[in-house]
Amino acid sequence: MSVDTATVAKIAALARIKLSEGEVAAMVPELNGILAWVEQLGEVDVTGIEPMTAVIENKQRLRADVIGADPLTGGGVRDAVLANAPAAEHGFFGVPKVIE
Amino acid sequence: MTDLTELGVAAIRDGIAKGDFTAVEVAEAFNANVAAAQEALNAFIVVTPEKALEAAKATDAKRAKGEALGIMGGVPIGMKDLFATKGVQTTAASHILEGFTPEYESTVSQKLWDAGAGMLGKLNLDQFAMGSSNETSYFGNVISPWRRKDGGNAALAPGGSSGGSSTAVSARLAPAATGTDTGGSIRQPAAFTGISGIKPTYGRCSRWGIVAFASSLDQAGPMARDVRDCAIMLEAMAGFDPKDSTSLDMPVPAWEAGLSGDLKGKKVGIPREYRMDGMDADVAASWDAGIAWLKDAGAEIVDVSLPHTKYALPAYYIIAPAEASSNLARYDGVRYGLRDLPEGSGLQDMYAATRAAGFGAEVKRRILIGTYVLSAGFYDAYYTQAQKVRTLIAQDFKNAFTLCDVILAPTAPTAAFGLGEKSDDPLAMYLNDVFAVPASLAGLPAMSVPAGLNREGLPLGLQIVGKQFDEQGVLNAGLAIEQRAAFSAKPEKWW
Repeated sequence: MSVDTATVAKIAALARIKLSEGEVAAMVPELNGILAWVEQLGEVDVTGIEPMTAVIENKQRLRADVIGADPLTGGGVRDAVLANAPAAEHGFFGVPKVIE
Repeated sequence: MTDLTELGVAAIRDGIAKGDFTAVEVAEAFNANVAAAQEALNAFIVVTPEKALEAAKATDAKRAKGEALGIMGGVPIGMKDLFATKGVQTTAASHILEGFTPEYESTVSQKLWDAGAGMLGKLNLDQFAMGSSNETSYFGNVISPWRRKDGGNAALAPGGSSGGSSTAVSARLAPAATGTDTGGSIRQPAAFTGISGIKPTYGRCSRWGIVAFASSLDQAGPMARDVRDCAIMLEAMAGFDPKDSTSLDMPVPAWEAGLSGDLKGKKVGIPREYRMDGMDADVAASWDAGIAWLKDAGAEIVDVSLPHTKYALPAYYIIAPAEASSNLARYDGVRYGLRDLPEGSGLQDMYAATRAAGFGAEVKRRILIGTYVLSAGFYDAYYTQAQKVRTLIAQDFKNAFTLCDVILAPTAPTAAFGLGEKSDDPLAMYLNDVFAVPASLAGLPAMSVPAGLNREGLPLGLQIVGKQFDEQGVLNAGLAIEQRAAFSAKPEKWW
């Protein structure tokens, strides 16, 4: 499978990365080179093989159902959460107008 | 007085405990080396001499009171700038996180401070740990302290992504540094700079507070001058963390106390598929030397097969970008980091403009690949197929480990290459990790130790891969090589 400029433009839109026409054009042969190379995986006989889901067997844990059990992740730290926001306003994340 | 910056982790810790020198003297010596090398080597993004001194004073004060100093007591280290450090800028070497100052500390870095270590600074790396040469950092290339002995001054790659770490340790700017390894990012830079580094079993070190690249592969580990130092530092870094859902709920073994270079009764597997056509002659020779050393240490050498080796890299370059495209979706200009809001634009334009301005070329390339292989209609052909191949690669190792205890192979296909030599060809760069990626895909502990110099006078590394949870077996085989390779070369100071 290979990609053309329209496909790269569509992927870039899905990935929310603005690319100029020139950047899209430059990306086409790069992505095609990589995609042609990974194509060799198609040679592998995977009949009856399950896709890997966990590299080291582990069981899923639930945290204790206690508010603020871990002070680092427990909440009540609004100002710390907002400290690195590019536009924090009135205790919220500021964003440009969403609804026209 | 001895040059304190020539000492490693164990020697510093033990020397401070005995009173041969103070932790403050050690911190001052390394702070001076860091400052003197910064312009030429660019190993650090941020230097924190005051943090190193503060920790050192705490160690000296504890010693004066007769308190325990911790297993890293008084040892100043470099911290890869992928670990969140409270109050100290954490960027993953990206523009999009420039100025980001975490309000919290990563689990691994906190464990190191709790063990008595201090921070010399935040080390440069490939942007979001994506790269094998440290040429994708927004903050400039890291330069290896090593040079070819051809009389030329060509700048060489320190490896990647932990290139600031490898440069700092080999140039004596730090006795040890943290690294992270997704597809070889601890082992390959260690090999390129003549130091040791171990990636433990997936889940040994908490990923909490480490900027995520490919979560099913990312693992932290130590980089240091020798095997003992790696064992000590790994003990400090490892351990169960409820804040990481893939953290291993197992006790941390006493790896340092368990070190032994005697391999009697052990079997070492040599994977025949790693002996590739056109293999670099010096790399092949160092592999043969490694086999002889392990035999001399009492091990039995056995031939093993890892039949899906050639498919590991292509599988990795689907899985890692897929996970990265998902992980890096969080950088959107809303909650932290860069925001680019073109005049009069809305939310979607802000996302796209922010990410265009904030990510470097290699990061964008991988996000786009990841987005493509996960998109509707292509998911099964690429992603599911790659995850099935990953199962087969893990099975290959499982089968091999019925015949042997550890596997010995080269770490990288060549010694360090020059900056700029591979940066225009993503595929050529990716192929550098051909020997490192299989163990990453299988989540296995793997280590690189220096084996010698090639004909250009550059270090070569040997890689040991072990069974899951058997870091001790890996460290011991590494020690057996270290004792016989007697590697003492270091870069001649030119910076």
